[in-house]
Amino acid sequence: MGVDRTTALTLGCVLGGALLLACLNLLAPEASALHVPNFAVSLVGKYLSYAILALAIDLIWGYAGILSLGHGAFFALGGYAMGMYLMREIGARGVYANPVLPDFMVFIGWNKLPWYWYGFDHFWFALVMVALVPGVLAYVFGWFAFRSRVSGVYLSIITQALTYALMLAFFRNDMGFGGNNGMTDFKDILGFPLNRESTSVGLMLLTALLLSAAFLVARAMTRSRFGRVLVAVRDAEPRTRFLGYRPESYKLVVWVVSAVIAGIGGALYVPQVGIINPSEFAPANSIEAVIWVAVGGRGTLAGAILGAVLVNLGKTWLTSALPEIWLFAIGGLFIFVTLFLPRGIIGLFAARRREVGPAISAAEEEGVAAAAPAPARELTG
Amino acid sequence: MNGDTLLYLDGVTVSFDGFKALNELSLLLEAGEMRAVIGPNGAGKTTMMDVITGKTRPDTGRVVFGADTDLTRLDEPAIARLGIGRKFQRPTVFEPLSVRDNLLLALAGDRSPRFALWARESAAERQRLDELLATIRLGAEEGRRAADLSHGQKQWLEIGMLLAQEPKLLLVDEPVAGMTDAETAETADLLREINKTRSVVVVEHDMAFVRALGVKVTVLHEGSVLAEGSIDTIQDHPRVIEVYLGR
Repeated sequence: MGVDRTTALTLGCVLGGALLLACLNLLAPEASALHVPNFAVSLVGKYLSYAILALAIDLIWGYAGILSLGHGAFFALGGYAMGMYLMREIGARGVYANPVLPDFMVFIGWNKLPWYWYGFDHFWFALVMVALVPGVLAYVFGWFAFRSRVSGVYLSIITQALTYALMLAFFRNDMGFGGNNGMTDFKDILGFPLNRESTSVGLMLLTALLLSAAFLVARAMTRSRFGRVLVAVRDAEPRTRFLGYRPESYKLVVWVVSAVIAGIGGALYVPQVGIINPSEFAPANSIEAVIWVAVGGRGTLAGAILGAVLVNLGKTWLTSALPEIWLFAIGGLFIFVTLFLPRGIIGLFAARRREVGPAISAAEEEGVAAAAPAPARELTG
Repeated sequence: MNGDTLLYLDGVTVSFDGFKALNELSLLLEAGEMRAVIGPNGAGKTTMMDVITGKTRPDTGRVVFGADTDLTRLDEPAIARLGIGRKFQRPTVFEPLSVRDNLLLALAGDRSPRFALWARESAAERQRLDELLATIRLGAEEGRRAADLSHGQKQWLEIGMLLAQEPKLLLVDEPVAGMTDAETAETADLLREINKTRSVVVVEHDMAFVRALGVKVTVLHEGSVLAEGSIDTIQDHPRVIEVYLGR
């Protein structure tokens, strides 16, 4: 299978853009107009982490018709796993200078590290957990949901409940994850100080690299025979059963892969923004991520990346220029895209070039349009 | 025909909110046989198909396939893998996929996600797909999206998908609804051709079509068998005339 134009363009933009940014930050003199400040590097790193989450959502929503309104939960869990490692890295440099216990545990009067924190002083262990925790949760959740043939709006509502329940749980101090404040004041990662510019650049480049890898994995999956079965399940699930397929096992595989990708996105996000707290589980976050995908173009993979970066650029600009209208803007954007750009921004180009691929069928588009006002209301209202 | 029983429905009852869609239905189909099932609306024809393919679970009774497989314990994919294919009244193809991919997904073979993730189209599969495309006369359309086919072409594609499954038993629901006389005759020829290698159950309203098939007919009425025999015996049967043909 050769590399087509869209793939080459996507990888070129992500990797090339990240490299260019890195060069302009490290090599251009600070007085030069070309110099990219450190905060911008971390900001782009954050956008690229979001793009990984968007890619994970597009994989299940665009190709398997599973609309998750709680994918932020997997992103946040990956983030917490990384956050726990970063907390242990602080060691005795915390305010209370306890070599073992993170500050927040000393503060609430604990004197022993809870068992589920064991191992997080090892980076490799944290990496395993970044994939394992979202993956296992998704497996258990998906096994029950897909076997019971829960789908459509009902599944979306359960995913909202899942992330909401996790948010409430992580808010509790006695859960041992920092409660309300979450985890912050990280010092370094694998010995590299997080406040040094070369570390920010390295993390941003790593995020671009892993985003590209996730893109290639998702692309390979959707183009395989597996991906074609997924599209068949998305559009005519009962028919696939009469052909002898078990839609639930196909959904489960792609659902777990998607959750792991989201978890990796969260793990990259945390060291770059320097904090993880329960608000990452907020249902509105997950809905916003679905909007990124819709804006970029559902079922295109590249569109998810484009949508995540563009919408977040807009958010960064708008929340500093006119903070009070942001929620109205994103709600309006979703309605606009659903009504006038059902294939998103990528769809504009695809229509011109007559792209051959498993595009969303007309019936599916109607379904999206019908489902659109509900989440939009939630955001604006 | 070797006289072996392929499918045996034994006292099958299905009720929906007290209404008995099937009432102690018993039916025996021999291997290699083609059977036409007729009956007025609400006689239980579609429910019978649903029970055989695992979509509906009967309240009582057994459905035995082959030597001793009880279909009432299996779900749709398991039954499909045993070799029972079903053609719905409305053609259902996978619209965003190409004609060739539609057939590829239907080809008999491993249905597990693990296999599908790594599967490459084998030479044997390629040859089989080319044969099927020739049979259903869509060779020139193999790269087109199924959504762009005409209604008739979709019907043929779905028949091709059923053949690709290589079923032992084919259930066909009202295959000639909305067809012209010429298309009806062509479909009868096609079903007879298919019947040379597999058993077929056809549910149909169109008496001319049933006559053209020239096979044993089962008449359903209120969820059980009213009469069975050749089309001529059926048409002379006093009860059948009373409940069905007489009206």
